[in-house]
Amino acid sequence: MLLTSSLVDASRLQFALTAMYHWLFVPLTLGLGVLIAIFETKYYISKEEFWKKTTQFWSRIFAINFACGVATGIILEFEFGTNWSNYSWFVGDIFGAPLAIEGIFAFFMETTFFAVMYFGWNRVSKGFHLASTWLTAIGANLSAYWILTANGWMQDPRGVAFNPMTARNEMTDFWDIVFSPTTISKFGHSVFSGFLVAAIVVIAICSWYLLKKREKEFSLKSIKYASVFGLFAIAMLMVTGHTSAQTVSKTQPMKLAAMEGLYRGQNGTPFVAFGILNPKKEIDNEEKPFLFKIEVPKILSFLAFSDFNSFVPGINDIIDGGYIYKDKNGEEKLALPFNEKVRKGEIAKRALAVYGQFKDKPNGAQKDTVLAQAQSYLDENFDYFGYSFLKSPKESVPNVPVTFYSFHIMVMLGGYFILFLLIAFWLNKKKIIENKRWFLFIAIISVPLVYICAEAGWVVAEVGRQPWTIQDLLPVNASVSGVSSGNVYTTFIIFVVLFTTLLIAELMILFRQIGKGPDGIKWN
Amino acid sequence: MTTYHFLQLYWWAIVSILGAVLVFLTFVQGGQTLLWGTAKNEDEKRILLTIFGHKWELTFTTLVTFGGAAFASFPLFYSTSFGGAYWLWILILLSFVIQSFSYEFRSKERNLLGKKTYETFLMINGIVGTILLGVAVATFISGGNYAMDKMNITTGSSNIISYWTNNYRGLELIFKPFNLLLGVVVFLAARTLGLLFTFNQCSKMEGEASKNLANRALSKVKVTGVGFVLFFVAFVVCLFLTTGYRVDTASASFNGINGPIVEEKFAYLHNMLGQWWIAAIFLIGVVLVLVALIRTVFKEKSSFYLAGLGVVLAVFAILLTVGFANMAYFHSLYDINSSLTLYNSSSSLYTLRTMAWVSLAVPFVILYIAYVWRKMTQK
Repeated sequence: MLLTSSLVDASRLQFALTAMYHWLFVPLTLGLGVLIAIFETKYYISKEEFWKKTTQFWSRIFAINFACGVATGIILEFEFGTNWSNYSWFVGDIFGAPLAIEGIFAFFMETTFFAVMYFGWNRVSKGFHLASTWLTAIGANLSAYWILTANGWMQDPRGVAFNPMTARNEMTDFWDIVFSPTTISKFGHSVFSGFLVAAIVVIAICSWYLLKKREKEFSLKSIKYASVFGLFAIAMLMVTGHTSAQTVSKTQPMKLAAMEGLYRGQNGTPFVAFGILNPKKEIDNEEKPFLFKIEVPKILSFLAFSDFNSFVPGINDIIDGGYIYKDKNGEEKLALPFNEKVRKGEIAKRALAVYGQFKDKPNGAQKDTVLAQAQSYLDENFDYFGYSFLKSPKESVPNVPVTFYSFHIMVMLGGYFILFLLIAFWLNKKKIIENKRWFLFIAIISVPLVYICAEAGWVVAEVGRQPWTIQDLLPVNASVSGVSSGNVYTTFIIFVVLFTTLLIAELMILFRQIGKGPDGIKWN
Repeated sequence: MTTYHFLQLYWWAIVSILGAVLVFLTFVQGGQTLLWGTAKNEDEKRILLTIFGHKWELTFTTLVTFGGAAFASFPLFYSTSFGGAYWLWILILLSFVIQSFSYEFRSKERNLLGKKTYETFLMINGIVGTILLGVAVATFISGGNYAMDKMNITTGSSNIISYWTNNYRGLELIFKPFNLLLGVVVFLAARTLGLLFTFNQCSKMEGEASKNLANRALSKVKVTGVGFVLFFVAFVVCLFLTTGYRVDTASASFNGINGPIVEEKFAYLHNMLGQWWIAAIFLIGVVLVLVALIRTVFKEKSSFYLAGLGVVLAVFAILLTVGFANMAYFHSLYDINSSLTLYNSSSSLYTLRTMAWVSLAVPFVILYIAYVWRKMTQK
């Protein structure tokens, strides 16, 4: 069976579709869960019926959305097996654990207490109900932690050793994986983006009410909490965005270069604040990378290494090697050129093949010698194992335009939301927000923008990691299952139809529920 | 026994418990099949949707956790079965995906597809989903058409570690009589449990609709329950007559991971007879199910929990005989030495040990689930 790029494309397309649909539903769950818990806490303390209604209204929105998140989530989990079966064996020893822990610790917590939060108003005490709402919110965010542990490890594999006996990577340090700086940054950045999405959605729905001159008290109070919540989220997004950039610069320099359209680095590299890429630019021609750009001097060096004069390697630097960099452990090293990495990868692969031929042979001196030698070649070269599957330097570069534009769209929208939330907070504080119809309109338009922002972040993370599924260890073309691309395209189309129908149905139901308002919702 | 092998057995047992609980929790799927036929009007449908709608997430979460635990402890199974029997697993997934939003969306206004479609989704999940789950479990015994070689990662043209050797990609598994038989057993078990739960809940409720449902559930249990028992007996007979495959750990070439796989007639019967405690769990399970059905049919006493416990024990015992005693728990029909055993498919000692610590949390999870269940179901 020959692996065609078509199979890899189909598998990636299907995974991207599922992940992006999943991320349409999940961020709202992450943030709205916490907001609902805050509203219910207000109810628990004040005993005002108003807060109960507020809690219930947002719970209904949460529930409709939650079902869709669950529907897309299960496919993601199983897709690792169905479509990425090589990957599942090669790193399953590490990757499976966080998924299992997510199920045991977080997902059960979320769904069990969600049932109480949603159906339990007349069945359990107020205190138990409040605790359940908090546990639902905590469960959802805890869930995110374990999933991002898994994802963080793909970006920054650590705490493992390769075992040639089983031809796979095996876990050697659980805590190193769980508390990896990449994971912590990713968790913070993803979860707070969920908080931001929830804040914007709440403000937008309430703005619509205010435009319609309905639900005034409900809307003003919801906006008050949501704008503070949103400002908190965006502050945290800036912090985690910065730490993410720092981890990326250490572990995925190629991704950082693609994010910035940086082909040749320098000491004191500027940050491209806005730019239009030159579509003719390739890694092997001398075209200028940009048709137009606005730069901020030395900022990229600072963002990446906290030093205005540090060297940030560009795409061609990484391919050519020859510069000094600090590895994960802080040791200074000379960067290898692409061809050398491929050579080392091939040595590792050959050593593994030899190991494989001898490992099941009867014991004896010859076997011991061969295995020991193969092992030493592996130890020396395994860090570049994944390069043995790449043929040309081009294959080691992610799609620059997609990575660059996604990153800049995310950053620009982030800036927009800082401004938006400050204005929302201020107008609300001055009690004039309901008269500012222009702002209420903008609030509604901001909903698609916040989703674009959140999705763009994931595009940067995942497209920017290409060609790797596991950074440097395994590229996508060695990760897929041996299914024919026709089968994968068929399931892809099924998922497109199913998820799109699901999304349209969800939106129609949501709009209807929003139209009914907090007073119109019948509670069972 | 080495610590490593002990942990492999331990994790097989954990995955087996999850699988057994999952089969029990398909009472939700069984309950969904009552929407058409058993429920005669909207009021009755609403009651069914309420009592099962408060529980569906539990089944769903168990399925996800089962997947996660299988991945963490036996990644080669995840990789071989899911990646190989592609369509079987995709169909199972789809049948669960269409369930997940149907409860919430069905009763809402402007839900795009209409009530009937969401009910159809729930029916498909209830019938097709349970049958296919049974088929998937049956492959533990009947095997699959695949070849597996971990060293394939080092080959140039095709580096697929395990691949399916026919183009049906698992669809063919659905049409094997033995697999289908277990599929029907799981479906009937789910429906029987669904009827028992309906009876259990509705007989406590006030009102005409719930009384009607309780009575209808009771009379339907007589037919479905008997069908379940008959098909189950047929399955057990087939299971005990089936040839199994074992890794020969006594062989000189066994190295703790790989070894020669040998064929053995009546292997599963031998496993039961040779491991008395598994046989005991199995018998207790079967007796509990029978007692529960007899109590329901003849004394009209609600016996859902008794039957549920019985199903959990019986399935647990069957899954143990499938993996314990050096069995190849998913044998290859293409190349017997590619077969998956606990030895060659498990995670490393370090991971299994770490996850064993994690598994200590499971009783607490079960405890709070049981607590919430009681709180939410007693009225």
